[in-house]
Amino acid sequence: MPASKPPKFLARNSYRRRRMIDAARVLPLVASFLFFIPVLWRPSETPEPDTARGWIYIFAAWVVLIVAALVLSRLLERAGRGADEVADDAEGAP
Amino acid sequence: MVPFNILVAVCLAYVCLLFVVAFAAERRAEQGLARWLRSPVIYTLSLSIYCTAWTFYGAVGYAARSGLEFVTIYLGPTIVMAGWWVILRKLVRIGQAQRVTSIADLISSRYGKSNLLGVIVTLICVVAATPYIALQLQSVTLSVGVFASETPEGWALPDQGATALWVAGGLSIFTILFGTRNLDANERHHGIVMAIALEAVVKLVALLAVGIFVVWGIAGGIGDVIDRVNASPIADWPLKPARWMGLTFVAAAALLALPRMFQVMVVENSDERHLATASWAFPLYLMLMSLFVLPIAVVGLGTMPEGANPDLFVLTLPLANGQGKLAMLAFLGGFSSATSMVIVCSIALATMVSNHVVTPLWLSMRQGGVRAPGDVRGLVLMSRRVSIAAILALGYTYYHLSGGSAALAAIGLISFAGVSQILPAMLGGIFWRGATRVGAALGLSVGFGIWLYSLYLPSFGPDGLLSARILAEGPAGIGWLKPQALFGIEGLDPLLHAVFWSLSLNTAVFVGASLLTFPNPVERMQGLAFVNAFDQDPGVRGWSRGGVEAEDLLTMSQGILGADEAQEFFQAEAARQGKGGFLPETTPEFIERLERRLAGSVGTATAHAMISQFAEGAAVSAQDLMAVASEAQQILEYSTQLEAKSEELARTARALQEANDKLKDLSVQKDTFLSQISHELRTPMTSIRAFSEILMDPELPGAMQQKYAEVIHEETIRLTRLLDDLLDLSVLENRKVQLTIKAANLHDLLDKAVQAASNTRPERSFVYNRDTAAEHMPVITDTDRLLQVFINLVSNARKYCDAERPELTILTRKRGGRIIVDFIDNGTGIPRESQRLIFEKFARLTDTQRAGGAGLGLAICREIMVNLGGNILYLPGQGGAAFRVSLPVKPESQQSAEAA
Repeated sequence: MPASKPPKFLARNSYRRRRMIDAARVLPLVASFLFFIPVLWRPSETPEPDTARGWIYIFAAWVVLIVAALVLSRLLERAGRGADEVADDAEGAP
Repeated sequence: MVPFNILVAVCLAYVCLLFVVAFAAERRAEQGLARWLRSPVIYTLSLSIYCTAWTFYGAVGYAARSGLEFVTIYLGPTIVMAGWWVILRKLVRIGQAQRVTSIADLISSRYGKSNLLGVIVTLICVVAATPYIALQLQSVTLSVGVFASETPEGWALPDQGATALWVAGGLSIFTILFGTRNLDANERHHGIVMAIALEAVVKLVALLAVGIFVVWGIAGGIGDVIDRVNASPIADWPLKPARWMGLTFVAAAALLALPRMFQVMVVENSDERHLATASWAFPLYLMLMSLFVLPIAVVGLGTMPEGANPDLFVLTLPLANGQGKLAMLAFLGGFSSATSMVIVCSIALATMVSNHVVTPLWLSMRQGGVRAPGDVRGLVLMSRRVSIAAILALGYTYYHLSGGSAALAAIGLISFAGVSQILPAMLGGIFWRGATRVGAALGLSVGFGIWLYSLYLPSFGPDGLLSARILAEGPAGIGWLKPQALFGIEGLDPLLHAVFWSLSLNTAVFVGASLLTFPNPVERMQGLAFVNAFDQDPGVRGWSRGGVEAEDLLTMSQGILGADEAQEFFQAEAARQGKGGFLPETTPEFIERLERRLAGSVGTATAHAMISQFAEGAAVSAQDLMAVASEAQQILEYSTQLEAKSEELARTARALQEANDKLKDLSVQKDTFLSQISHELRTPMTSIRAFSEILMDPELPGAMQQKYAEVIHEETIRLTRLLDDLLDLSVLENRKVQLTIKAANLHDLLDKAVQAASNTRPERSFVYNRDTAAEHMPVITDTDRLLQVFINLVSNARKYCDAERPELTILTRKRGGRIIVDFIDNGTGIPRESQRLIFEKFARLTDTQRAGGAGLGLAICREIMVNLGGNILYLPGQGGAAFRVSLPVKPESQQSAEAA
């Protein structure tokens, strides 16, 4: 049985958790970006009507966002259970 | 086609179902079986009150008029939910830590517990919500009208005002019944939350069903719908980028600042982790709610006759296609959206009005101020009930006066823009320590003023509340003050114009004034507690020790929390400090916790005002201020640990000190005991000796002989009784007493006790206040011994109660397998320093002659109660001497035998 390598990072769990928290902070920015793209559209000026495409885009973006939030909340919960409040002191300060 | 009377019947049945569900949820919660009532799913569903009738009916109309723009109203909240980690999590944490009761309470608490801010926020919320409630009533009336207009058969169509009136009345009854059951806003309204969750499911299912029917029943599937979208007039909808972003922003702000959303999201939240689920589940709900809006609008525009109201396509499309049952479901969906919004909104507003307007007013007006005892609890509950009815009445009046305006969506957006004025003060409060009360008050007022002037008042139309001249030329002809073109910027969309100016000036004034003013100490501490809500450190304390009497605090708390709850809280706090009884040390920590507890019922500002009446001049110490000013929290943390240790030591020392005091008292008592007992024995002995010497005289007449013999006999009886008592006590103290367990009715025991005690000072007329109905409960114990305790307490009251018209109140109740009997008289009570001595042997507070006993009565009572597995305590703060006897319903040995 080969000896397992020593881990490269200490406190892997709390590191992971902190990055998950970063992701949770970025998510609303991603959401705003996705939802503000329609600002570039000009539905009344396009020669071919493309409102239906816009409709499909918005709902597709919505679904992507929901899935991302779902995955992120699961990961955060799991990481939170593993790393038990380790990151809390780091992110409590403003 | 659905006949109108069937519609009414289904509607009534649905309402009954809601009552039953709410009632069942309350029952289960009372029995402690409500784990699933606190699940994240229920939490997410309760958030769905964001989707009101405006969403249910209005979104389709909105889409028919402005294309995809309707979706911004749901994209904003989605962005906020996706960012739950940043804002919502902090709000919920603060809400729980500070026991916040409403959004007005949050703002008032953050800015130094200022009631002025509470009043401003309450005012904004009430003004903004009234048209919104009117809108809900209007939507129900309109939808009823759809059914009624096409059905000549059935009951006669009630006029529209009557429908709205019935709905408003029914809703206020439901809300008062389930929304004001308990005072503490942090206790969950299980019934209401459950009913709302059910309504959330109904409206989602209804809208999805209508959508599916429209896409696959009327149109030919998704491909056909896409073709129809591109062919319809909606395809050329005017997308205005500024409006798109502005509306998304306003909707996001509204999710945070709407009083009803704050109520379900923060106040009713029972677990921070539910937010994690809601962060994706609530956007999913919103997405599903808006999924079929565009198809319904397009198909409606294409197939319905010209001039049909697009706001009602959700109902009229199924009806026009002969789907009566589907239309009925849609109707219930719309009904659900309207009612759930109104219920939660009126609870949230009523809490604000009662906590920030009515209670402070009443407290300042009544004689004696805060210190006067009184039933604050009853007042707050009553004012909350009246407020609910008043808010619904206001909504109804608005509906009645406005006569139902044309487009539903307009009112909704105006209301959103109004509440979003709270956003700068709210976000500034939780992220910026420098935000001050003056800044928040000025910012809120400026924003609210501009919103009123540029959006709310013009919304009543030209010559409504603002004259057409002012609208067109500005007040007194000043062009740059035109309500809808402030500062000469013409041509903007009125909503966008108002949102832009009100929010930007609001923020600018808020920030500017905060930078220029200086916060007071309480503000700075609250700011620290809010901004650093996630720190482990409990934070600096607002109270230093200031000679507050725990008994005064208990008397006041009983008026607010109710007697039971206040006593329980005080007892638990005393136990936490390692003390027995009901009166904890008035440490800053304890006062802080008491204030929080009271804040959960009457709001932070009022609770603070009430407590500061007692702890005058002791609000903030120099040390606390240093802690606030210091940025070096790490050093503080270390000292906090030390402090915790020294606190522990202090507590031990306190306990030791108390034990020592008691020992000293006891040793003094031992000495007195010896002299007492010799005195007690000597007095009868002396008279026995004297009279027996006289009896020895053979020439004594017979009558005299008889008389002296009687005296001797009486004195020996007294001696025997004293010795009996002493023996009894020693047997009881050594736990060697033989108990004869019998079952009895508590009522009979109390009757006997009152009877037996009536020969103590029989010349006094004595009034007994008893609740005979509550007394009938079985008790299994040594009934003779228990009776002995009761007799002793009643005769003590007869003996010592010094009121002019003595009264004794006997209260009985059962709680958690224990029977509790309180004996409360209306005399002056027992002074604090004597309270812990009265259960000791030979402790007599008055002079011996008047008492006429040896002072063993209460000592025996205490020992008896300990032998019966219960206890007897002195209950302070009841306005007289009060004793609480508590004992298990059945003996413990029997209970454990049953359990095994």
